[in-house]
Amino acid sequence: MHMHKLEKIWLIFGISCLVIFLTVVGVSAFYLGNKPPSCLTTVNPETVGQEKPFNEPGLHKVDGKAWDYELVYVASAFSYTPAQVEVPLGAKVKVIATTKDVIHGFEVAGTNINMMLEPGYISEYTTTFDKAGEFLIVCNEYCGAGHHLMFSKIEVVK
Amino acid sequence: MITSTAAKVKVDPRDAKLSMAHFFVAFSALALGGLMGLLQTLVRSGKWELPWGIDYYQILTVHGVLMGLVLTTFFIMGFQYAAVSRTTGGHSSAARRAGWIGFWVMLVGTLMAATMVLLKEASVLYTFYAPLKAHWIFYLGLTFVIVGSWIDGAAQIMTYARWRKNNPGQPSPLLSFMAVINTVMWIVATLGVAATVLFQLLPWSLGLVDTVDVLVSRTLFWYFGHPLVYFWLLPAYMCWYAIIPKIIGGKIFSDSLARLSFILFLLFSIPVGFHHQLTEPGIDPAWKFFQVILTFMVVIPSLMTAFSLFATFERYGRSKGATGLFGWFRVLPWGDARFIVPFIGMAAFIPAGAGGIINASNQMDQVVHNTIWITGHFHLTAATSVVLTFFGISYWLVPHLTGRRLTKAMNKLAIIQAWVWFIGMVFMSGSMHIQGLLGGPRRSAFSTYGGSEQAAEWIPYQIAQAVGGTILFLGIILVLIIFVNLAFFAPKGEEEFPVAEAENPEEKAPMVFENWKLWLGITAALILFAYTIPFIDIIQNAPPGSKGFQTWSKW
Repeated sequence: MHMHKLEKIWLIFGISCLVIFLTVVGVSAFYLGNKPPSCLTTVNPETVGQEKPFNEPGLHKVDGKAWDYELVYVASAFSYTPAQVEVPLGAKVKVIATTKDVIHGFEVAGTNINMMLEPGYISEYTTTFDKAGEFLIVCNEYCGAGHHLMFSKIEVVK
Repeated sequence: MITSTAAKVKVDPRDAKLSMAHFFVAFSALALGGLMGLLQTLVRSGKWELPWGIDYYQILTVHGVLMGLVLTTFFIMGFQYAAVSRTTGGHSSAARRAGWIGFWVMLVGTLMAATMVLLKEASVLYTFYAPLKAHWIFYLGLTFVIVGSWIDGAAQIMTYARWRKNNPGQPSPLLSFMAVINTVMWIVATLGVAATVLFQLLPWSLGLVDTVDVLVSRTLFWYFGHPLVYFWLLPAYMCWYAIIPKIIGGKIFSDSLARLSFILFLLFSIPVGFHHQLTEPGIDPAWKFFQVILTFMVVIPSLMTAFSLFATFERYGRSKGATGLFGWFRVLPWGDARFIVPFIGMAAFIPAGAGGIINASNQMDQVVHNTIWITGHFHLTAATSVVLTFFGISYWLVPHLTGRRLTKAMNKLAIIQAWVWFIGMVFMSGSMHIQGLLGGPRRSAFSTYGGSEQAAEWIPYQIAQAVGGTILFLGIILVLIIFVNLAFFAPKGEEEFPVAEAENPEEKAPMVFENWKLWLGITAALILFAYTIPFIDIIQNAPPGSKGFQTWSKW
């Protein structure tokens, strides 16, 4: 099988770019810790409301951890609990969420917090809120008739 | 001499009838699915509401199922069936019978699923994620569609096998080889969705089991969901590689490299489903990244394809005396709909592919996952690159099969249609991309999200989508006019089924490309490598299963 010289150059150039690109993405994910949310912890979806930490949704100050606060959400068709929270500006927060019923999305518009909530699984993402203002949490996975009415708000305050 | 006889080779009329049956279903799906798409953009503009209790998510389901599953599968099977017939000398009566059985099984399945959607028993979208539980007839209908497509695809494989037997030691005709690669990829991929539907969703919806393992079902779905998009794309590549060169009067740059790129698509289209599940819990991030790497391997055949196509264009242009760096570009047949319509699709694939690289980039996916950016992305890939190429194919294939001609007037209308489509898509897909970057979610009816300022910023883009959607619907009306004309009213005559020849016909493709044991073996090995350990993890660490929910509005 014959390959044209220009095609060889083109492919070598393209594949080299690909290798560099994947290396950058890989180093960012595994060395700098920018992995997508991939929590492996499970929970019984039927009894979520009685189990820690989901028996007390909302913002909690924690000590002795790599983050300052834990922000716990329980989603169900078609709402999030809590419906509104205030987070201090600059706080490092671990967001912990799950769903009681169908699959929901959990996206904080204007931030990198974007994760799937699946029954039986806990989703987590740690981030620093370094911009003040109101942020909208939207459900971005179809969950039924009220999908577009499912939201919550985070107020980042000084 | 060979060219003059080749130009007259016709698809056997009995095969033509079956292909046309597929196209009638495909274009009916386009008409209805397109109308649903228009209604969605109008609802989301916030200026209009659906009448008679029709629900947004119901029409969203109709749009996704008709456009993503029915239009594509029927068109592709019809086109590939004709391409195999044209390049091998026709199907045997056994293969033809298989084709008809497959067609009817698919059609019955489609009607079963459609009935349940219309009755609001299955507003679960075309991805039907558990634990949303649709009526069991919906799942059974989907099973019929899949099994029907296997029988339909078997017709192509039977004819290919017969040709190989009759021509020992010869590489098969390029178009037949490509059609069979795509059919084989489809069969391997649909095993995943068939497994979740047959072993999980059907027994669960019938009440035989109480709960379903949600992550297993999703993982099986996405094992199928990504090769699905390559199943749409490869027939477009067949046209770009093996048909367009003939239309412009050039040659295939390299027959062997075309085959190699198709084999690479077979290998690297399937073990990559995790890149649709990057933001979900329960899957180890190392395995996600491994599948991201495999996903990016398709960059290699994509680069080969881009090189081949533009090499063909440039060589043709220079043979016509074009000079300068880009002089060849001007002499391409811009007035021929069979060329320019797929060419606009090809051009759209450049931004579409770039967007795809972002989506699959592991942590970068968090910025766009399930935002309307994704919808904008696949309206460039599937709804522009692929669909415009399909339209371009039908402009010569339909008259070829019905014994008619593409008239000058229809040729002109087809070119207008493609530009209308392009303009509509710039508005719709463009504003979807921007709104997605601002955080706007996909698959959602109009909402102000409790007067949120962020959501208010999205609304102007939603109005732009309605403008784009309206222009696109105009494009659908035009393509339907052309299709009906070519099927029933165009003047009788001969329309060529263009099949290009390789630039160096004496250079025979290596026979190793036809070694199916080898390629299927590597395909299976890659799939097992990418999926076995994470799949065992998912099953062993599974939470209690989910009972079903029906959270959508009912009649």
